[in-house]
Amino acid sequence: MSTEVKEASAAAVKEPSEPLFSKKNRLLLTDPLNDSNPITVQVLGICSALAITVQVKQAVVMSLSVLAVMIGGNLIISLLRNIIPSRIRIIVQLVVVASLVILVDQVLKAYVYDVSKALSVFVGLIITNCIIMGRLEAFALANKPWPSVLDAIGNAAGYAWILIAVAVVRELLGSGTLLGFKLIPDAFFEFGYMNNNMMILPPMALITVGIIIWIQRSKNTALIEEN
Amino acid sequence: MLELVNIFVKGIFIENMIFAYFLGMCSYLAVSKTVKTGVGLGAAVIFVLGITVPVNYLIENYVLKEGALFWLDDSFASIDLSFLSFIMFIAVIASIVQLVEMAVEKFAPALYGALGIFLPLIAVNCSILGGALFMQERQYSSIAEATSFGLGSGVGWFLAIVAIAAIREKIKYSNVPPALRGLGITFIITGLMGVAFMAFMGIEL
Repeated sequence: MSTEVKEASAAAVKEPSEPLFSKKNRLLLTDPLNDSNPITVQVLGICSALAITVQVKQAVVMSLSVLAVMIGGNLIISLLRNIIPSRIRIIVQLVVVASLVILVDQVLKAYVYDVSKALSVFVGLIITNCIIMGRLEAFALANKPWPSVLDAIGNAAGYAWILIAVAVVRELLGSGTLLGFKLIPDAFFEFGYMNNNMMILPPMALITVGIIIWIQRSKNTALIEEN
Repeated sequence: MLELVNIFVKGIFIENMIFAYFLGMCSYLAVSKTVKTGVGLGAAVIFVLGITVPVNYLIENYVLKEGALFWLDDSFASIDLSFLSFIMFIAVIASIVQLVEMAVEKFAPALYGALGIFLPLIAVNCSILGGALFMQERQYSSIAEATSFGLGSGVGWFLAIVAIAAIREKIKYSNVPPALRGLGITFIITGLMGVAFMAFMGIEL
């Protein structure tokens, strides 16, 4: 008990001295981009990453939705972290995340209806997107609100860049467009160039992510797993 | 009757949760290191999908849908609660998983020993919520169809995880490029299996 009090008071004394963007806080933002990327290293949030990467537009909308839900979820859970009894924390987290996802879903339906239709069930599946639950469990439950928000932004950005990279590859090779604009000139098609319809099919998403992991790990050898 | 069999087979092969929609990938990748754990989690998924899809079907049709509350009173018939479906479904899933866990522990201790640690994981497995949302989107006409869809996609998920676990056990003996070991090669194998499963897509049921 006494050590707890001491720690708490120490934290209270230390807090104002820590600048808003201290080195530790910056690391929270940059680390998930590469060394602890949510998709390629922590293996979180794969389902949605694969299913909605046929077009860049969907991937961007999905990334923004996940960013919004993650910031909201991490902030709320981090503020409530001392009140939530640990036995029912999962259900509390699910309710918080589900309410945020309902908000996002209604906004998408109101402003970008066609994308919302294309994403179909995957907007709802943000609730069970492990990236959100995983970060709530691993970070927000044990940290103050500001670092939690940074962690949310960092992880959502790490998620977003993989998502958008996969979508760029698949849309460019699969339909010859980016964000709906035609990139491959007509002259190519006259010479017999064909869009690779295989890229649009679900399995190629997995293989594209596999190749991204391959490239990333051959650059960053610390991440290589034992077989 | 034939319709039910069709939905079941479609759930296993043509609309396979893993290969066609990537649902439940996280636990699929994390728990597929050995066949034994793969079988345990796969069985738990069949079990939970088989229960939660019909229950969510009832909730959808008698509480949430526009006009679903007609049985309470005529004045409720115009209420549309479908925007609440996410939170209802996930609450139903989380509580059913909890109930199932307790029931299995009480009545079938052997099964609990086998499924035990996997059951809590399932509440946040995307394939369970995905099953409920697909059921909502496809608007099955009876609870029997919904149940058969739930069981079918559960069996499809089971097949996928057992297959990948068996391959991963064998791959230990192969010389995989270092940077591809573990996660990378699993992605690529799953992609290749997905290509194989696409052969079923041409089947009209």
